Amino acid sequence: MYLYSITFYIFSLVAVLSALMVISARNPVHSVLFLILSFVNASGLFVLLGAEFLAMILVVVYVGAVAVLFLFVVMMLDINFVKLREGFLQYLPFGALLGIVLIIELGILFLTKSFSKNSLSQFVQSPQINEVENTKLIGQVLYTDYFYLFQISGLILLVAMVGSITLTLRDRGQVKRQNISSQNFIDAKNAIEKKKIKLGEGI
Amino acid sequence: MIYLEHYLFLAAIIFTIGVLGIFLNKKNVIIILMSIELILLSVNINLISFSVFLNDISGQIFAMLTLTVAAAEAAIGLAILVVFYRNLGSIEVNKINKLKG
Amino acid sequence: MAQLIVFLPLIGFLFCFFLGKKFNFKVSQILSTSLLFLSAILSWILFFSYIGERETQIIHIFNWFTSGNFIVDWSIRLDSLTTTMFVVVCSVSACVHLYSIGYMSDDPSKERFMGYLSLFTFFMLMLVSSNNLLQMFFGWEGVGLASYLLIGFWYHKPSANNAAIKAFLVNRVGDFGYALGIAGVFYIFGSIEFNVIFDNAENFKDHTIHFIGLNFSTIDLLCFLLFIGAMGKSAQLGLHTWLPDAMEGPTPVSALIHAATMVTAGVFLVARMSPLFEYALVTNLFITFIGASTAIFAASIALTQNDIKRVIAYSTCSQLGYMFFAAGLGAYNASIFHLMTHGFFKALLFLSAGSVIHAMHHEQDMRKMGGLFKKIPFTGSMMWIGSLAIIGFPYFSGYYSKESILENAYYSSSSMATFAYIIGILTALLTAFYSWRLLFMTFHGETRSDLKTYDHAHESPLVMTIPLILLAFGSIFAGILFSNFYIGKLQYSFWGDSIILHDGKHYYLPFIQTLIVKSSVAIGVMLAALIYFYRNHLSKNLAHNLDPLYSISYNKWYVDELYHSIFIRPYFYLANLFWKKGDEKIIDGYGPNGISKVVSISSGYLSRFQSGYLYHYAFAMLGGLVIILTWFIYY
Repeated sequence: MYLYSITFYIFSLVAVLSALMVISARNPVHSVLFLILSFVNASGLFVLLGAEFLAMILVVVYVGAVAVLFLFVVMMLDINFVKLREGFLQYLPFGALLGIVLIIELGILFLTKSFSKNSLSQFVQSPQINEVENTKLIGQVLYTDYFYLFQISGLILLVAMVGSITLTLRDRGQVKRQNISSQNFIDAKNAIEKKKIKLGEGI
Repeated sequence: MIYLEHYLFLAAIIFTIGVLGIFLNKKNVIIILMSIELILLSVNINLISFSVFLNDISGQIFAMLTLTVAAAEAAIGLAILVVFYRNLGSIEVNKINKLKG
Repeated sequence: MAQLIVFLPLIGFLFCFFLGKKFNFKVSQILSTSLLFLSAILSWILFFSYIGERETQIIHIFNWFTSGNFIVDWSIRLDSLTTTMFVVVCSVSACVHLYSIGYMSDDPSKERFMGYLSLFTFFMLMLVSSNNLLQMFFGWEGVGLASYLLIGFWYHKPSANNAAIKAFLVNRVGDFGYALGIAGVFYIFGSIEFNVIFDNAENFKDHTIHFIGLNFSTIDLLCFLLFIGAMGKSAQLGLHTWLPDAMEGPTPVSALIHAATMVTAGVFLVARMSPLFEYALVTNLFITFIGASTAIFAASIALTQNDIKRVIAYSTCSQLGYMFFAAGLGAYNASIFHLMTHGFFKALLFLSAGSVIHAMHHEQDMRKMGGLFKKIPFTGSMMWIGSLAIIGFPYFSGYYSKESILENAYYSSSSMATFAYIIGILTALLTAFYSWRLLFMTFHGETRSDLKTYDHAHESPLVMTIPLILLAFGSIFAGILFSNFYIGKLQYSFWGDSIILHDGKHYYLPFIQTLIVKSSVAIGVMLAALIYFYRNHLSKNLAHNLDPLYSISYNKWYVDELYHSIFIRPYFYLANLFWKKGDEKIIDGYGPNGISKVVSISSGYLSRFQSGYLYHYAFAMLGGLVIILTWFIYY
């Protein structure tokens, strides 16, 4: 019982603190690393809830792919991070105020109303989730009821890939490549051009 | 005892931090993208906690789909950033004002 | 045949106006003139064939519109009055068309001129042949339009444009009365056809009507309103100001419109509606008064004018006054007869004046003329003939008509009759005076023009002299030939039912009165001869000594200035007020201009929101989110 609460509090504290560090770290690489930490803690929370499949997926996809991508880009761009701290304090008071207001309101919303009589920890032991494994349950539903959504999400990934390549591809012109189609369409008459040249002079 | 509200409140905090991150930084566009990831993370926490609470697996399905979309969007956002950097030479937020009316 | 007479000029107009430019100008000139001559010949034939006929014929053309009880047809009413008017209008118009071929020979838009002349003739013929008040109004407005177009024919001259607008506007004031009269007639009689009105006129003789808070005798009120229209069209006192300015138009226009035809439309109206006017006792007194006053008023102005055309214009105005006061006394036949003879000799006078102007290279000021009889004797003699006719020299046409009018005035039992009679005699004196003043200043004595113009003065070509001969013929013989029909022994059989006739006996004035009349005319001629022929310096001395009288006469009794200060200045002030304050400030300011200014200012403000910075936008989003959330929580 208490283990559950303690685990919860530890994970959530670290997650919140690392989120704070994401937005206020000086070095962008540090920001990315803190983001990774935040993700991992969230994954831990998911395991606590009993959704282990999604927790692993979070680690694999978010940390392994997206955060690494962030890291690539951060390192690729030549960022002068000394100059970048200006202006932060200008908005801080008002922004922090707004943030605190938001948190207080959301808190009022969520904490004054009780959703359930039972604690969530009890649900971890609920029959349905315990009868079948999480992964199997997801699999049972994903490929049957939500098949279209599944396919569409695949398409979205395809579009994202195509989009990224289109945006960033540029032809520097220094790489020599073969153009097969123009090679195939050479006309014998136009392949060779004769020129009369005087002795000693070039073209 | 950990009730549903605790998870929701946690998600709210992370959400707020993400939103603050979007406009509190003047230095780095990448921070904006990362704040967006934080927001999406908070949404995922919400979805999964509700899924467990309502005993319905579709919450987790939906969380997986948002994960997919978040990944795709991060990829494209970074691609745009790269192109932007190529054209402008810096990724300071102040320089991104082409929509000035 | 009547339809042909009416519609041939319309064909002439349509051809000249729309197709005239495609052909040589001679085609339009010859075509329109020959159509008019054809109309004139047909009208004379019709006239003679109608002399024995007593019945009124109505030729129905087609129905114009029907609105409830208000039925209006296009039809032609043929009776002696119509045929008389046909003869006058067509003959004068034909002569004017022929004359214009010569007079406008160096004008670039000859086709337009011929077209407008034919158009005018068509409208005038519609007016005189109509069988209901609305068709007459159609002709009425149409001749007003044609007058506007023709006065402003040389539209490059601003004075011509102003004169045309003035003519139209002053006519409009009269037309307002006319329109009210038509409405009143329809209200009382239930129809505007002449047959219905004339048959029922007697029934309403004691009827009263409540109008603008007062009770009037119905027929008096209706006739008064109709007479206001006649006043405007015929330039009677009060609405006369447009006639002298109308001389801005070319001389053939003045001859046709402002001497023989359009201005006589008012007299025609009164004569046509004579069964109705018979019962309008107060209005008749008013008509007589106005007619007599106009006669002497215009004659007094004509004494001192220096423009040859203006003298003749005021002379027209004065003779119209004669016609009206005859009509007011109930002598409609005398009035129409004077209209006929006046048409001939006034057109003759105008066209001869045109010849003079043409000879003197468009010089119109009489002070720069003189001694022209040696150079253009034919024109001079034509003018002498016209002047003899106008003063009523025995056996010329004017003699019969004028004498008839004065006789009717003498023997009439109306209370205005004596006033009218005395005024008539005085006016005859003045008429003789200014006519001979014109003759002496223009044709006799030493020349006051520069020698070059004087040497170049030559007689007009044949196209311009033939109409003069035709009109002179009419001026001399119309009286002898037709007086029996109009005012003499045969009047009943001639007129039939067309107008109301009183005692048919041809009274002669007592010998004393005849002597007074003739001697006043002779005195007028002799005075003119004295001042302008024998002792030339007398004219200047008199003008100097009688300076107040002279300036009143010369400045047209300051009527124009009076109207200007009473009507025009306040109107312009009001119009300016509405324009500057009302239209510009209020309507534009709150409307298009104001709204566009508000839009552009506010969009200037609002565009500052588009800073282009992403974090501004995100901040705004967050703020909005907080607000919505707050509202949700406390809802």
